[in-house]
Amino acid sequence: MRIERYEKIFMALTLVVLLAALAAIGVGVFAAEVHLPAPAGRVDPRQIRRTAPFDQPGVREVAPGEYEAVIIARAWAFEPNEIRVPRGSTVRFRVASADVIHGFLVENTNINVMVIPGQVAEVAARFDRPGEYVFLCHEYCGFGHHQMFGKVIVE
Amino acid sequence: MSSIARTTGMEYSGPAETIYLAEQLWPIRGQLYLGLLGLAVGGYLGLLQALERIGIDLYSAHFLKSYYQGLTIHGVLLAFLFTFAFSNSFLSLTTIRGFERPLASTWLAQGAFWTMLAGTVLAAFAILTNQATVLFTFYAPLKASSLFYLGAVFLVLSTWLTSANQLLTLRAWRREHPEEPIPLLGFVSVVPYLMWDLASVGVAILVVVFLLPWSLGILSHVDPQFDRLLFWFTGHPIVYFWLLPAYVSWYLMIPAQVGGRLFSDGLTRFVFLLFLVLSTPTGLHHQFTDPGMPTVMKTVHLFTTFAVVYPSFITAFTVMAALESGGRARGGRGLLGWIRALPWKDPSVNAQLLAMLVFTLGGATGIVNASYSVNLVVHNTAFVPGHFHMTVGTAVALTAMGICYWLIPFLSGRELWGRRLALAQAWLWAIGMLVFARGQIAGGLSGMPRRTAIGDAAYLDLFQWSLDNWLTAIGGIVMTTSGLLFFIVMLRTLFFSRPLAAPVEIPVAETVHGARESWPLFDRLGLWFLIAVGLAVVAYVPVILGYLPLNPVSPPIRVY
Ligand code: HEM
Ligand SMILES: [Cu+2]
Ligand SMILES: [Cu+2]
Repeated sequence: MRIERYEKIFMALTLVVLLAALAAIGVGVFAAEVHLPAPAGRVDPRQIRRTAPFDQPGVREVAPGEYEAVIIARAWAFEPNEIRVPRGSTVRFRVASADVIHGFLVENTNINVMVIPGQVAEVAARFDRPGEYVFLCHEYCGFGHHQMFGKVIVE
Repeated sequence: MSSIARTTGMEYSGPAETIYLAEQLWPIRGQLYLGLLGLAVGGYLGLLQALERIGIDLYSAHFLKSYYQGLTIHGVLLAFLFTFAFSNSFLSLTTIRGFERPLASTWLAQGAFWTMLAGTVLAAFAILTNQATVLFTFYAPLKASSLFYLGAVFLVLSTWLTSANQLLTLRAWRREHPEEPIPLLGFVSVVPYLMWDLASVGVAILVVVFLLPWSLGILSHVDPQFDRLLFWFTGHPIVYFWLLPAYVSWYLMIPAQVGGRLFSDGLTRFVFLLFLVLSTPTGLHHQFTDPGMPTVMKTVHLFTTFAVVYPSFITAFTVMAALESGGRARGGRGLLGWIRALPWKDPSVNAQLLAMLVFTLGGATGIVNASYSVNLVVHNTAFVPGHFHMTVGTAVALTAMGICYWLIPFLSGRELWGRRLALAQAWLWAIGMLVFARGQIAGGLSGMPRRTAIGDAAYLDLFQWSLDNWLTAIGGIVMTTSGLLFFIVMLRTLFFSRPLAAPVEIPVAETVHGARESWPLFDRLGLWFLIAVGLAVVAYVPVILGYLPLNPVSPPIRVY
């Protein structure tokens, strides 16, 4: 096949640009340690209130400065919708749905995960600055979807 | 005088009636009008969505129960009906023109129209009666009426009938022309559908095996995570199914319309084949934040996603080179003078050049979406509608409108009415879109969720989204104005314009390096299809095996 010289140059340059972008992502993942959600177990939404740890939604300290927040997402609220932790804490959120698909996004953090019936969503962040961080549902979950939010209060 | 009459490309020399048969043209015309009706109604709901953000709620005035019922109409009509119907219509016509023979089956051509109509009626009925307020993604366990799923089946069936007809036409052409390379226009018309035949298998299984029986009560529970896997098997490649008809015009028509030539026949085939092969094994990039999917396979799909960016980069270069050849042939000088020399006063060209410009931004924001951990910043935020209104909402929709500026005269035999309005229309769309996208993107970067009645959101006062919402609304108003102009021009052309002095020719570009210089293996479409299937298997079988057993825990739930 006949390919002109400048076509070849452009095709090569493009390849370099794309590889550079991939390398930048690689650096982001390994150096900055920003990870995507990974499988963290299954839970039956019909039995969720009888299944640990979702039988006791809420926040608890699991080690000094480390907290676990267990949250049930349902149409159209998070249970609980307020999480209080001292500043400098690392919070591991475990979120699961009792009905349809929801989303879980905490503002000003890297937390962004789908909450899919049947799956436990597990994500973590460290809260260094005191203040309120809104978390909200970002997946359409019915008529009241836009009412569904809560707050992490860092003291 | 339209640019079409000036076309320097390859003109069809035989009498038009011998290849464009009346009984095949009416379904082509019918699907185009159906698609444009979808664009009109869907676009109007876009206005309501934009206004909701500044506190203007027009839903109850339209007998809609909620923002989300309106958004379902918007998504289904624009992402499925408009795109599918336009593709079926346009790429059937280019198949005829490309092979310079009628479609192999009139029955299939008309069947495509009837199934498209049936799908539209079923889905529209379900949505309008608020039995399917599940948005265009219809994620389980949100339950829609079975009529909605049945409607989706018919819409996809219609694209399959079109594809089958193209393949039969290709086979007939091959019999008539043994040993010849496939004509390039025929090639680029068939390949997008081959890609889609493979890609649509995911959603076909999802609807036929799971959702339809589940909505009928035959199946009691489904697995929402697995259903999303099937959905996104189709959900990413579908964007190329939307986009490739625009590429057909950019590669093979626009060069002729600006008086230039396409450089390489072979490279064009190569690009379309890359889309065939690489589009499908990428779907997991829509599931980067799904808890049930393993990160190893997310990484694999990240790489294939970047691979499928590659043919679009080559496209940018190839199309630009063809435009430059046209600009220079028209007397443009200097480094950039050829750009000014392009026929910006031609409505069809103008609309598509603007569509290309906006698409560069759309493509760039797409790379942000796809960038793995960066996806955490933007996933499911308003950034995403910001992105895809520049791609499908402009690169595709504005190109389709640009195509209509010659296609409607071609099909109706009437002169394009209101050329100045048509020029203004395209500029307004592009400008309105940039303002709109600016609002959505900025909102998304500060956490504004998508698919959400933001104007009513309980947390609205906790964020500073006021400027973003106003930009979205103003952009939306400008776009709607543009849409209105488009339909005025179309309707006046159809009903009040004078008959054409000379028939419109479908513009087809000549190539500098023609089919004889291409690689013969490119024409072995069956082989490339098998490679595409192979890659899809390699990309998905490990995900599925790692995921099993299924976790069917969800009964149908109606919360709207
Ligand atoms: C007048 C022009 C338009 C306006 C004002 C408009 C407005 C909007 C807005 C505000 C949203 C976001 C809704 C939300 O996230 O809550 C949206 C979503 C969407 N738009 Fe448009 N739009 C227009 C035209 C188009 C066109 C031409 C297309 C495609 C051909 C399109 C396809 C979509 C799709 C697929 C969605 C996503 C629906 C969903 O997430 O369920 N729009 N539109
Ligand atoms: Cu929600
Ligand atoms: Cu995608």
